[in-house]
Amino acid sequence: MDFLAPTSWAEALETKAAHPDALPVAGGTDVMVELNFDHRRPAALLDLTRVPELQEWSRDAGRIRLGAGVTYSRVITELGGALPGLAMAARTVGSPQIRNRGTVGGNLGAASPAGDSHPALLAAFAEVEIASVRGTRVVPVAEFFTGVKRSVLEADELIAAVRVTPPAGPQQFCKIGTRNAMVIAVSAFGFALHPDRRVVGTGIGSAAPTPRPAPEAAAFLAGELEAAGLWDSRGPLPEGLATDFGRRVRDAAAPIDDVRGSAAYRLHALSVMARRAATWAWDSYRDENRSAAA
Amino acid sequence: MTSTETRTAGRLGDSPLRPDGTLKVTGEFAYSSDLWHDDMVWGVTLRSPHPHARIRSIDVTEALRVPGVSAVLTAADVPGENAVGLEHLDTPALADGVVRYQGEPVALVAADHPETARRAAKRIVVDYEVLPAVTDPRRALDADAPLVHASREDNLVRAMKIRRGDPAPTAPVVVALDFEVGMQDQAFLGPESGLAVPDGEGGVDLFVATQWLHVDQGQVCRVLGLPPEQVRLTLAGVGGAFGGREDLSMHVHACLLALHTGKPVKMSYARDESFFGHVHRHPAWLRYEFGASEEGELIYAKADILFDGGAYASSTGAVVGNGGTLGLGPYRIPSVHVDARGVYTNNPPCGAMRGFGCVQAAFAHEALMDELADRVGVDRVEIRARNGMVEGDLNITGQVIDSAAPVAELIRTVRDLPLPPEPEGERDIRELPGGASNTTHGEGVVRGIGYAVTYKNVGFSEGFDDYSTARVRLEAVAGEPVATVHTAAAEVGQGLITIEQQICRTELGVDQVVVHPKDTSVGSGGSTSASRQTYVTGGAVKAACEAVRTSVLRRAAALLQRSDLRLDGDKIVAESGEVVAGLVEVLDEPVEETVEWRHRPTFPIDPETGQGNAHVQYAFSAHRAVVDVDTELGLVKVVALDTAQDVGRALNPDAVVGQIQGGSAQGMGLALMEEIVVQDGHVKNPSFTDYLIPTILDMPPMQVKVLEYADPHAPYGVRGVGEPPTISSGPAVAAAVRAATGKALRRVPIRPEHITF
Repeated sequence: MDFLAPTSWAEALETKAAHPDALPVAGGTDVMVELNFDHRRPAALLDLTRVPELQEWSRDAGRIRLGAGVTYSRVITELGGALPGLAMAARTVGSPQIRNRGTVGGNLGAASPAGDSHPALLAAFAEVEIASVRGTRVVPVAEFFTGVKRSVLEADELIAAVRVTPPAGPQQFCKIGTRNAMVIAVSAFGFALHPDRRVVGTGIGSAAPTPRPAPEAAAFLAGELEAAGLWDSRGPLPEGLATDFGRRVRDAAAPIDDVRGSAAYRLHALSVMARRAATWAWDSYRDENRSAAA
Repeated sequence: MTSTETRTAGRLGDSPLRPDGTLKVTGEFAYSSDLWHDDMVWGVTLRSPHPHARIRSIDVTEALRVPGVSAVLTAADVPGENAVGLEHLDTPALADGVVRYQGEPVALVAADHPETARRAAKRIVVDYEVLPAVTDPRRALDADAPLVHASREDNLVRAMKIRRGDPAPTAPVVVALDFEVGMQDQAFLGPESGLAVPDGEGGVDLFVATQWLHVDQGQVCRVLGLPPEQVRLTLAGVGGAFGGREDLSMHVHACLLALHTGKPVKMSYARDESFFGHVHRHPAWLRYEFGASEEGELIYAKADILFDGGAYASSTGAVVGNGGTLGLGPYRIPSVHVDARGVYTNNPPCGAMRGFGCVQAAFAHEALMDELADRVGVDRVEIRARNGMVEGDLNITGQVIDSAAPVAELIRTVRDLPLPPEPEGERDIRELPGGASNTTHGEGVVRGIGYAVTYKNVGFSEGFDDYSTARVRLEAVAGEPVATVHTAAAEVGQGLITIEQQICRTELGVDQVVVHPKDTSVGSGGSTSASRQTYVTGGAVKAACEAVRTSVLRRAAALLQRSDLRLDGDKIVAESGEVVAGLVEVLDEPVEETVEWRHRPTFPIDPETGQGNAHVQYAFSAHRAVVDVDTELGLVKVVALDTAQDVGRALNPDAVVGQIQGGSAQGMGLALMEEIVVQDGHVKNPSFTDYLIPTILDMPPMQVKVLEYADPHAPYGVRGVGEPPTISSGPAVAAAVRAATGKALRRVPIRPEHITF
């Protein structure tokens, strides 16, 4: 197996173009496990840890541009305020050691339905910046995943960054695991209120072949909030609305039974998480108003 | 001057630092997987993908063609008898004509690199004819069940009956339940590994992580067709055992490859292979019935216990023995009717694991005790105190409990320990079920408290000749007395090395005690299991020290021409108290004594009534668990897990508490998460990704109350420590979850969906 170690972004793209079957590796928390278990035997590894451009995040025209090589630990410590949903998700990833190595870009590249970043990125309407020697394209996260561990990435492409608009409203992330740390999601849910656009963002993890949003549920909730004038009044959620929303989120999922949990439990848990997340986010939204008034 | 005042730390009752402690914490400890020889090759194992199949043929041609491969071996290459096993020689070292479980070793490859060996193994062509498999142990004894072992009449490994008192008892209050316990794994962190070095004269030295060198040696000799002098074993660094290293894993395989290639052979399982490389805790199906008075006093108990032994017997017979003789818990019960059975299936083989047959039973008898308490309106602690054994009681096999049996004190002690504060106000999510996964901010969270008590036999039972050998040498080195203690008793992380040193220091008054590497050049130390080593090997070391002391004094008497001498520290003292010589003055020649030491004998039980003195000692413990359960999502946070245990005498108090903490975590793991999921004979989760063990965020700090009621029959009054915590913690946690949820929860591990649906 060849080990390719470019030291600049340009070189990385050229290397990927020249070795389209090279498997990119960042923190190695996923790739190395796959190699150790002999689940993958790539012709070459493309090590991206020496590419400085990937290790940085920046603000660009009001958006955060998160380099693909930024670790979960840094998301937690440096971006907890700007990307709260993603930071909440990052806190649930593995152990401290894994969070020190693992990256959001790597999570996207693996494209696991159980990736912890994905529901938060979906709810935030994030976009993936994809590059190759042919140029750069930007794909909404909701369109990035094409199947179990598959994405829109072409053989010569690398993930450059994730672009996220800092939230105009509260975000939440919840994840079910059968122990209190170091666990792969049985199911997960990301939620974001976008009061500037009067839109609700959602993301479902581990409950379908790909991470996916729950657009019908999101539109329903946003519409109900609109109809009741709640975006402006910031009044309490009508009774049953969060529960209705949770049910619709559940209906957007298509989970399987596996060793981590049953499909029925995953659906049930999603409805509970969605209800709770929406309630917490709405309560925060109302609190913002109160603290602003005070 | 009547005594030496220069007593140094490290004697009995102290807690000297373990020699391996810092090394393990800093990652410097040499485990068996770190063994290395410059000339070594690597061995790997090809395993069966099928739970039950006939092997029509094995073609190794392509594997042998892989550059770097030095040997490919199958059953045809076994020089001796192709049969191993702890109780029955029913296990082939390499499958011969048939495989009986997924993961059974079929062929071996040695190559200059482990990856080369693995690739070569994939080129071995095994032609399997898949056979019908027995995968439901409840069907294993059906007349039409396929036979797991064609040479046997049925799939029964052992059936045990216990009959006592009224054969047709009645009671005003009757409660009953069915319980199911999933398959737990020992999940030791150091996978199976070792190094076999051929001696060039037809023999082999094996360095291996194990629990009992001599029983390994006997089995390896049988397969190799060699006498014990030619198969020498030395203990390598052990990364946990918990029963999972009682059976052979790579031992014979590495030796076969080493003798075949003439090169040192290292074998080291990866984590996924480890799940197939050792036996697991038996899954169990239990049906219990208690009859009691209106006041909750037990009148009778009935139990039917089924253990799934898997494809090979391992220690299933002894597990059935424990489940049967101890399976009703530490209670006084006049009339008893117990049937315990272990069966062969085509599931993964099950055998020894910490708690050994008592763990499964305790979930059932403790759940039923709660049910009885509720039915008769008696407090759950008090019903245990009322029915709990006291010293002098007879247990269900009619054996007199002839040392402390403080059931009532233990359960009341844990009840009276301070409870964690009641939650109030906004809580840090890390304190809540789900923790940082942010699944609740308090919604749906209900607190529950549960209690459990247990007792466990210490040492080997039912007439087994359970002994240990210790060799102690006392000599002068650079003017100082130095003791060397040599036993073959395995240090698996429990702290035996420190105990051996403490005993020598205490008995011989020396400061310096060298622990000789554990190997087969001294007699058997018996198994590091059944909570027995401090008792049995400790007893042997004590006896060897006493023999050394006698020899030293005899020599001093001859030298000094007086007979009123005793050893006081490192001084030889006369009856008057006068110091007449230093110890080193009589150590011109070393003094060495070897002693084989036995505990009081045990006896087989009567096959019809189950009556008899089956066990040598009983150890008691109780737990109180406090849990917060998110009742809507089924997630559990253990808030407190407190315990009281009678240890007889704590020779090393820190080690005692360490054993209790670790055992409690392991029991809690079975209650809430630890299960090897087997479907149709196939293991679905052979990884630490999906076989979950508790992390530090799952295990609360513990209050540990250690009682010391010395057992007058045991050396220093010690009582085995390692297993009881594993037995009573899980049922306490399960009881707490039941209390929080109001659900019956008759199966462990309790999964979230058992709570939500």
